[in-house]
Amino acid sequence: MTLQQAKPPLPSADKRWKLVNATMRRNGYAGHALIETLHSVQDAFGFLDEISLRFVAASLDLPLSKVFGVATFYHIFMLKPKGRHTCVVCTGTACYIKGAGELLDGIQARYEVAPGETTQDDRLSVLSARCVGACGLAPAAVLDGDVLGKQTSDTLIAKLEELD
Amino acid sequence: MHLEDLAEKAAEFRAEEAGIQREVRVCVAASCQSSGSLAVMEALEDACGDGKGTCRVKGVGCMGLCSAGPLVSIADKDCSLDESVLYRDVTPADAPEIMGSVCGSPVERLRCPTDQPFFARQHKIVLENSGFIDPDSFKGYVAVGGYAGMVRALSEMTPADVLREVTTSGLRGRGGGGYPTGLKWSTVAKMPAGQKYVICNADEGDPGAFMDRAVLESDPHRVLEGMAIAAYAVGANKGYIYVRAEYPLAVERLQTAIRKAKRAGFLGSKVADTQFSFEVEIRLGAGAFVCGEETALMASIEGLRGQPRPRPPYPAESGLWGCPTLINNVETFANIAPIVREGGDWFASIGTERSKGTKVFALAGKIRNTGLIEVPMGTSLRDIIEIIGGGIPDGKAFKAVQTGGPSGGCIPEAHLDIPVDYDSLKTLGTMMGSGGMIVMDETSSMVDVARYFMEFCMTESCGKCIPCRTGTWQMHGLLDAIAKAQGTHADLALLEELCEVVQATSLCGLGQTAPNPVLSTLRYFRDEYEEKLQRAEL
Repeated sequence: MTLQQAKPPLPSADKRWKLVNATMRRNGYAGHALIETLHSVQDAFGFLDEISLRFVAASLDLPLSKVFGVATFYHIFMLKPKGRHTCVVCTGTACYIKGAGELLDGIQARYEVAPGETTQDDRLSVLSARCVGACGLAPAAVLDGDVLGKQTSDTLIAKLEELD
Repeated sequence: MHLEDLAEKAAEFRAEEAGIQREVRVCVAASCQSSGSLAVMEALEDACGDGKGTCRVKGVGCMGLCSAGPLVSIADKDCSLDESVLYRDVTPADAPEIMGSVCGSPVERLRCPTDQPFFARQHKIVLENSGFIDPDSFKGYVAVGGYAGMVRALSEMTPADVLREVTTSGLRGRGGGGYPTGLKWSTVAKMPAGQKYVICNADEGDPGAFMDRAVLESDPHRVLEGMAIAAYAVGANKGYIYVRAEYPLAVERLQTAIRKAKRAGFLGSKVADTQFSFEVEIRLGAGAFVCGEETALMASIEGLRGQPRPRPPYPAESGLWGCPTLINNVETFANIAPIVREGGDWFASIGTERSKGTKVFALAGKIRNTGLIEVPMGTSLRDIIEIIGGGIPDGKAFKAVQTGGPSGGCIPEAHLDIPVDYDSLKTLGTMMGSGGMIVMDETSSMVDVARYFMEFCMTESCGKCIPCRTGTWQMHGLLDAIAKAQGTHADLALLEELCEVVQATSLCGLGQTAPNPVLSTLRYFRDEYEEKLQRAEL
């Protein structure tokens, strides 16, 4: 019989930790709930920092190395905070054929950021996605959760300029 | 519960809506939502008034022609899409005019003819309810005959009977491999009784493919029904649906469907008042293409890095947590309920000799009608592209169609007349894949396309085996040089050699098929590579 370790205290009084804890409790603190838990950390905080990785590792009784390994293996998990706005440019095949490269080039030329980077003023993070499944509307981008279909470099940049 | 009881329930649900005669159906699947269909629906509801009349506004699943969204159809309550008046590119401002026309003459300026080949040439089994029922409504699904397959299996058939029907149907795995579904199920069923699992693979990672997404968003109960029948046939009591996190709407609709089916006693313990129990849980992917490979997917459900392992043992013998596991794709499960309902012989009468039934394809790229279609196996590529798809826009010439995603290949004009099935595509050096079809016109460079897919495989390689990890990196470097007109004939020879090595020695499907886009473009468009090499020599 393995001795159950005491669960670590929440890292801070931030209420969002309770959401994370709820996910782990729902899964009985089982190690296989790791990916679910990381999703809930990212949903609550926007990214995964060292404090959260350590907390999750201790709570699920997993080596920190394994938690870090999983967090870095999957593309969706971010280890750095994002900017105030996020623009995801789809680079799926249909979007590629219809000019996703031009969208990225346009953004690069205007804001000097490549996919995966954030502007100096923390205003905009640019990401690329493998396929957002909006192939009928190619080329597509997702701006703060809203899918923008049939974009050109000019229309997309006009949208980005409108952001605060 | 018996079929008569279910029929009674369905009649009861239909009676609740007896007062409604006409329906205004708005597509609320992801693609039309991106074009603003929710605002259109709201405007239509406002224009509809208090909703106590004989007409109602209803959100429905995908109607197929995504490029013309938001789509709205108006029909008598029991009429299908073909018999409805269909409007395209609808805006909220059009709402009053549309509502005013419900019982009168149609608004011609918005009309999209439903007798055009895009609609008329389709044969719908998987998508039969799509664009017709409200995906969030359990009652709506039962009212059109939903769960009849499951109730029939549980009340009138033994697991062996179900296996026989599925085997007779000739259904093959729709995820791309084309492995006979009946055989897979029988292998799991033959394993000694004990903990077994059923997994639905909804990690639709192929760029350019959105069939599974549309099925989950339009008719989620159908997938649950298929999984429950599978679990009954193989002796499992627990199921997982592994969905991409990139499909939030599909996840939401699945959650609603599971909750409602459970409350109605169609999932959970004692399903439909029988001794059979089946729990379903959703697991979210996290953006790794390799997780579409079955052993990697199971590792991911177990909370590990999604890395594949060698087979055998196959999941049917030792899968999730070492237990016998049945793993099928969304579209495969979506075919099960109709097969059990109508019989395996009925399904086997559709399609070609070795590929039965229909296939859903996602048409995208340089083609006039982009969207989802479902056609019988054996339909020719030319019919799909030129007639159903409406051909290439802007007066450009067709160059190639890409099927099978990063594991597939490009098919040139000369082979467009072959009937599409698993085996014919394989002889052309590509594969069925999950059903994405991307059309390219004369402006696309095939070397660039090969480089694009190699870049994809290179970044998506999980890193476990060396041929895939470093082979894709090397091949990408060579392709990049050739595409930039800096390559030599020696580079091309090395590239071809590497293709063979990576194909033969990689651990899983991702690496084994990574060279396919290169090999197929070399086979049909070698002149484009040669031309780049000549430019390098100048």
